[in-house]
Amino acid sequence: MTLARIIGTVVSTAKLPVYEGHKILVAQPVDPSGAPKGKTVLALDTVQAGEGDVVLVLQEGNSARLIVGDSMAPMRCVVVAVVDEVETTEESGRSLWQIRPT
Amino acid sequence: MLLGKVIGTVVATRKVESWEGVKLLLVQPLTEKLEESGEPLVACDTVQAGPGDIVFYEGGREAALGLKDWFNPSDATIMGIVDRVDLAVSP
Repeated sequence: MTLARIIGTVVSTAKLPVYEGHKILVAQPVDPSGAPKGKTVLALDTVQAGEGDVVLVLQEGNSARLIVGDSMAPMRCVVVAVVDEVETTEESGRSLWQIRPT
Repeated sequence: MLLGKVIGTVVATRKVESWEGVKLLLVQPLTEKLEESGEPLVACDTVQAGPGDIVFYEGGREAALGLKDWFNPSDATIMGIVDRVDLAVSP
C-alpha cells in the first residue's frame, strides 16, 4: 500500500460493466511528509474518498478483487482507507506530523 | 490504472488464436494533466475506443481479466473511455 493524495476524479461513460458504480480517482503518491512523489495512478474508490484526502492506495489484484467481491474483476488499484494521521519517528527527521489539516 | 490516448490502431492477421476478434490499439500514456508521458504501447480494446479517445487502461494480470476470454495473453487492456478528468485546484 502507498500513501497518496486524491487530486481529481475521472468521469467515464463507456467502460466495462464491472466498473459500473465505482468512482475512479486520480491519486498522486506522496512521501510521509505529504510531498508529491512519483507518477499519478487511477484508483477505484471503496471508502468515499474525495479530492484533498490523503489515502492508502492498494495496487494488488487479488486484494482488489476481494474488496469488490468479484473474483474475476479486472481491477488492481483501489483506495482502501482515508488516512487521518501519519506519525513518524524522530530518527527519520520528522516528528509527529499530521498529514490532514484539521 | 493509467490514463492514455489512443493514437492508432494495430492490425495483425496472424496472431494467437485466442486473440480473434480482439482489437489492438496504440496507446500513448498520459499524465493526469493529459500530457504525454513515456513510450507508446499496444493495448487490447474492450470498449470500442478509437484514435483520439482518452482512455484508462490496466496492465498485469488484470489486463487479461478484462477480455471476454480471460485465458488470454495481454499485458495492457483498455477498460474505459474517459469523458472528463476533474482536477482539484492546487492551493
